[in-house]
Amino acid sequence: MVDFSLWDIFRNLLLAARWTVGLSLMAFVGGGLVGLALLVARTARWPGAERLTAGYVQLFQGTPLLMQLFLAYFGLALFGVDTSAWTAAAVALTLYTSAFLVEIWRGCVAAVPKGQWEAAQSLALNFGEQLRYVVLPQATRIAIAPTVGFLVQVVKGTALASVIGFVELTKAGTMITNATSQPFLVYSCVALLYFALCFPVSLYARSLERKMNVQR
Amino acid sequence: MRIELDFIAVLLQWPLLAKGVLWTLGLTAISATIGLVLGTLCAWARSSGPLWLRWVVGAYVEIIRNTPFIVQLFFVFFGLPAAGVKLTPETASVIAMVINLGAYAAEIVRAGIDATPRGQFEAAASLALSRVQTFFHVVLPPALQKVWPALTSQIIIVMLGSAVCGQISTEELSYAANLIQSRNFRAFEAFIIATGIYLLLSIGVRALLNWAGPRYLFGGRRG
Repeated sequence: MVDFSLWDIFRNLLLAARWTVGLSLMAFVGGGLVGLALLVARTARWPGAERLTAGYVQLFQGTPLLMQLFLAYFGLALFGVDTSAWTAAAVALTLYTSAFLVEIWRGCVAAVPKGQWEAAQSLALNFGEQLRYVVLPQATRIAIAPTVGFLVQVVKGTALASVIGFVELTKAGTMITNATSQPFLVYSCVALLYFALCFPVSLYARSLERKMNVQR
Repeated sequence: MRIELDFIAVLLQWPLLAKGVLWTLGLTAISATIGLVLGTLCAWARSSGPLWLRWVVGAYVEIIRNTPFIVQLFFVFFGLPAAGVKLTPETASVIAMVINLGAYAAEIVRAGIDATPRGQFEAAASLALSRVQTFFHVVLPPALQKVWPALTSQIIIVMLGSAVCGQISTEELSYAANLIQSRNFRAFEAFIIATGIYLLLSIGVRALLNWAGPRYLFGGRRG
């Protein structure tokens, strides 16, 4: 049996943490795009869009992320898509993220005073222009702090991808535990790395929030 | 291509599913109760405890809130036995859920406590209430009332998070779904049904807490 020094454990975990970061970014960017599309559909009051997004949000916020991952993993295979753990995790996390982001952003758009819409309308801007030049710039300022805060939840969510066999930080921890039988040490290191990833983001989100509150 | 779905094969295993639901609800109920108490104590410690205690609680809250639940669970279940504490899967699940909920609840309750107007403290002091009496009779009930919706959401998040406990073979709902699909290979159907049940559970638990909170937790004693 190969002996693992503390540095070996840490280095292997660090290498695996790249995949945690990659998956988080993938889910965050993908979820942001899907969320934005849903937000526009909802704000534009397309028939049925409001109910549909509400149902979508309820569905993804009211069920465990783990089940969503399993469904993506086995569901995509059912439709004949050749699923790797990476594809399934990326799809599930993207949808999950989009459901939370659309709900956060909906609140931010609603926080823009109604007069802003009316003023934009009175300047003969069409809906797209109203949204793009008047409402979204203001909503974005409100949205940044909670959106950054949610990023922490996405990073933590990627840990569940380990269950469908995607080798990121948590899965690497399990594998190294099996090789070294030092669960206490290994999972401490895993937790430490997650903390190192998430805590700065949390602090940043909090400082953004404080800045917002001072300005208002 | 044809997709054949066979939900009946899964539903025929309903006793397993029912047992899973009971475990999920049981785990949630126990950890919600203990977790809320822990969270309230931490909130008290953070807003009016001694300085060193504020530090300890602050570190606890940040560590838990910035690491994934599954890692906390694995740490409790696999890590602690190496340090000499042997736990059954169920105990480990409850401990992990309590620790997790406690950290979030502490922050939520603290927000409620911070929103208490100064006059309330002064009024309590003028009635010669002790600090503990002031906290439990004057500060806490309205604080809980204010943050109850957030606490409800957090309890539901913990319930949904408990799906992970199946990974250490706690026999809750997701474990039941896994067991069923390993018997009849109807993986997709089994997980669809389990997901549907989780959805119903989260709607039901939210309704229950919205109803029970004002009645039993913070409404009764005033008035």
